Amino acid sequence: MLSLQNRKDILFLSILAAILLIVLPMGLDAFRLNLIGKYLTYAFVTIGLVACWGDSGILSLGQGIFFGLGGYCMAMFLKLQASTLEATKNQSTPGIPDFMDWNQITALPWFWKPFHSLSFSLIAMMVIPAVLAVVIGAAMFKRRVGGTYFAIITQAIASVLTILIVGQQGYIGGVNGITDLRTLDGWDIRTDHAKYILYYAGVVLLLACLLLLRFVRKSKLGRILRAMRDQEDRVRFSGYNVANFKIFIFALAAAMAGIGGALFTLEVGFMSPTFVGIVPSIEMVIYCAVGGRNSLVGAVYGTLLVNWARTSFSESFPEIWTFAMGGLFIAIVLFLPGGLASLYQNYIDPYVCRILKGNGRQTSHTVDKAI
Amino acid sequence: MLSGYSFNDLASIFVMQSFAGLILFSVFLLMALGLAIVFGQMGVINMAHGEFMILGAYTTYVCSYIFAQWMPALFGLYFFIAVILSFIVAGAVGMFLEWSLIRFLYKRPLDTLLATWGVSLILQQIFRSTFGAREVGVTLPDWMMGSWNLSETIQIPINGMIVIAITLLITIVIYGLLYKSGWGKQVRAVMQNRTMAGDVGINTERVDRFTFGLGCGVAGVAGAAFTMIGSTSPTAGQQYIVDTFLVVAFGGTESLGGTIASAFSISQARSILEFFLSGSMAQVLVLLTVIGILMLRPQGLFALKVRR
Amino acid sequence: MPDKKTHLLKLQASRRQMLTGLSALSLSPFLSRVAYADAPSTAAVNTTGLAVTDDTVTVGILHSITGTMALSEIGSVEAEKLAIAQINESGGVLGRKIKFIQEDGASDWPTFAEKARKLLENDKCASVFGCWTSASRKAVLPVFEQYNGLLYYPTFYEGLEQSRNVIYTGQEATQQILAGLDWISKEKNAKTYYLLGSDYIWPRTANKIARKHIENHLKGSRVVGEEYFPLGDSQFNSVINKIKLMKPDVIYAIIVGGSNVAFYKQLKAAGLDLSKHNLMTISVTEDEILGIGGENIAGAYACMKYFQSIDTPDNKKFVAAFKKMWGEKSVIGDVTQAAYLGPWLWKLAVEKAGTFDISKVIDASPGVEFKNAPEGYVRIHKNHHLWSKTLVGRARTDGQFDVIYETPELMEPNPFPVGYQ
Repeated sequence: MLSLQNRKDILFLSILAAILLIVLPMGLDAFRLNLIGKYLTYAFVTIGLVACWGDSGILSLGQGIFFGLGGYCMAMFLKLQASTLEATKNQSTPGIPDFMDWNQITALPWFWKPFHSLSFSLIAMMVIPAVLAVVIGAAMFKRRVGGTYFAIITQAIASVLTILIVGQQGYIGGVNGITDLRTLDGWDIRTDHAKYILYYAGVVLLLACLLLLRFVRKSKLGRILRAMRDQEDRVRFSGYNVANFKIFIFALAAAMAGIGGALFTLEVGFMSPTFVGIVPSIEMVIYCAVGGRNSLVGAVYGTLLVNWARTSFSESFPEIWTFAMGGLFIAIVLFLPGGLASLYQNYIDPYVCRILKGNGRQTSHTVDKAI
Repeated sequence: MLSGYSFNDLASIFVMQSFAGLILFSVFLLMALGLAIVFGQMGVINMAHGEFMILGAYTTYVCSYIFAQWMPALFGLYFFIAVILSFIVAGAVGMFLEWSLIRFLYKRPLDTLLATWGVSLILQQIFRSTFGAREVGVTLPDWMMGSWNLSETIQIPINGMIVIAITLLITIVIYGLLYKSGWGKQVRAVMQNRTMAGDVGINTERVDRFTFGLGCGVAGVAGAAFTMIGSTSPTAGQQYIVDTFLVVAFGGTESLGGTIASAFSISQARSILEFFLSGSMAQVLVLLTVIGILMLRPQGLFALKVRR
Repeated sequence: MPDKKTHLLKLQASRRQMLTGLSALSLSPFLSRVAYADAPSTAAVNTTGLAVTDDTVTVGILHSITGTMALSEIGSVEAEKLAIAQINESGGVLGRKIKFIQEDGASDWPTFAEKARKLLENDKCASVFGCWTSASRKAVLPVFEQYNGLLYYPTFYEGLEQSRNVIYTGQEATQQILAGLDWISKEKNAKTYYLLGSDYIWPRTANKIARKHIENHLKGSRVVGEEYFPLGDSQFNSVINKIKLMKPDVIYAIIVGGSNVAFYKQLKAAGLDLSKHNLMTISVTEDEILGIGGENIAGAYACMKYFQSIDTPDNKKFVAAFKKMWGEKSVIGDVTQAAYLGPWLWKLAVEKAGTFDISKVIDASPGVEFKNAPEGYVRIHKNHHLWSKTLVGRARTDGQFDVIYETPELMEPNPFPVGYQ
């Protein structure tokens, strides 16, 4: 017999899976579904934030870096695919991406070469963000830098990276980004059919990531992380190497953000430095806060809801959209720090427990939420 | 690149370039001071800092408009009144923000970051609705836009000198307030131990409110000063915020001295490199160095210790 | 709980549709004065399922009205709405009044792509007027090509592009640059040039063209410096000192956005008097001067195809109409005027094609003439850019330009200039 917590987790995951895999595809046309697919790529970042921020107390305002790196890895591969000798025969140097040609670059730079290979690109889109996260994490956590200070340093790194990318237009496309991506190994990613497949691939990957994070949270590691968030010194005095745990979870979140970025590139068809900067990084944090920083499923719902609201609002009242978004930030922080998930906890969870338990016997709510 | 020029030319350029470095230093310092006060003394990151600067800039704009319309005779002097008004307006809005929002979040410093980001979005939209999405041109008195001719070949921009003067004044006043006045003692007492400070009779709420107001007021002054050298538009605050955060992060948050030293080193490095390399190359090099150093010393170059 | 959410999503969706409808309605009192007669049947002019009814046709406007680009793009939105209102007043297109759906790109390129897709796929717009930055155009370009949409793009830009689905109503780089350089080299006897720019593709490409022209076509002239600054940079004292040291005959500045304001203010404060030093720019229009302040830039030469002060009856009429609609204080820059051309050129092309079908409108576009454009006569080239004259203006303290030179002939658009790459 499964425990109550496990049964609840299964229930939540199946509801989410049902919504994403069945309800939304049936209820929406291809265009709206593609939008949902795009929002879901952000969810890869927000569930990582739940693990980092909600569980471990590490607020990174630079998740856009990892999202962007993953996206750029995929974009570089796709761009090389699009820049065949045939397609670029009008350039002064055929066979290199068009923006390089505009910037008088006559040979493919060395760091582009490995991206001819799909498998390298797929690995790179996870490994490169993770490695960068390890480097940043090692530098910060080993010296016990955390809290707000960690937040602004990640933010500074995000802004520097944006300036770097914008400045290097010959090598990585500058402010325009890498555009006009067409095919993935000969498969046209722009058709409606492809968008459907990408959507389902995204959902499946997201569910897999959710399961992985659930496993991490249920494990001893997850308990240590939460203990660390609440009483870092006690964990340290108990003999644990706090920094290594933090680095691990930060890198895991970065790798997931990288997957999200790569999927984003596939869904949208280009990648640009606007995803690396401060603004998207902070917005991702707010998606997570709206859904509930302690709830993985909540973070997914939060991402969907905020983005859906943004699209609807900005279609009808573009002028006041910014007010609404700003107000949402403040309201959530002030009145609902646990996000939507806390509403669920307070009002709905008791009933769900009763139903799942069958005999109505109440237990305390001290069980850690795993999803 | 320096061959083929006379000694006189080079000497003049050297003098002017030194001033350019000083001006850049003042600009950075003025930008970062307000943020550093709030962050250093209260542990709150004010993401709306850039918008408070723009609030000061718009105050100056309104002032220039009023003077040009109704008091043209006094137009030459309006700027100083505008600076004071900017301080008052931005400070008042800051205190209101503290009262209505920040004070509920002192136990959750990470959340202040999100809430103030929301505030910055709202402020931006208020600016846009009030003054339009376009940039506004703040007209300055003629004497402020000229240059001061030290010699035939050396011209020092007067607006730069004014920025330097304002920065100097603000720094001295803040130093005096924080380290030489009774109020400063209270601020530091609250920072070190809030409960204890309350127990000995310090009104911690009032101290918080004034500290936050002071930080925002200084941002307002910075905004007013930057109307002389930069643009005023609803989103211009975001352009300043990157440099501001870098200066504060690089300096560490322990002391004003850290912020000053950090502003000085970043501005000098940039000013010198910009002269010998191209503008964006210089910035990238400086930024990379800053990030590199932050990796080696993440607690900031000049901080003694920062632990959570 | 999940059920509740999907319900909420649907509710929002339906509210959104309702509101879109409302916003389109709000324009109708303005339109209802016009009588439409003799309209060809809808089945005949719309064979591809566009949003065309018996008395309306729907187009899209896609610009940033929030975010950092809003300050530049707002003028284009205003001009496009003016043109649409005027066309409706004069009887519409093929007997149908134009309805527009406005979307906000929010200064964010993926949002542009998303909204472009919405305008084409959901709203079936017969044409879209929009985009400002090259980055946003690059983002929407694949969408327009995939869904066979039609975009009218108003900004002067770097060239190096020619899409079947885009009509470029602004000038490409060679049109804007070459005539101005020829003029300043001849009139001011300029020999040395210092090139400045914001660090992105347009200034870099434009300066590359300028450099080739200076080195290969202007006898005895050379470039003494070339520098770029990050977008939004506000510190120019170092480069101004370098300029003072090198004393170039011409400062050639392609700085954009907020940096512009900082650059000209610091230039003036450093004692570089633009009435004595030649400065030529291709990035400052009347719109930018609002922020810079006329007194800070007076004396600079700007090189583009339109100035608000052009002294022709057509332009005066246009300026008056614009001010009537958007306020006495509004100014009109080059891009704003180019945006105004979009709806008119589309109307002319549709009438030439006799149908709204996008492929046929595109096929009909080359050769379309707009004789009474505010800037003067323009014609669509077969490469989808416009033949247009290039003017040199000199900035006055009141924020307007004195037109001091006009190319005698229309300049041929040449987005892929051989020898300049």
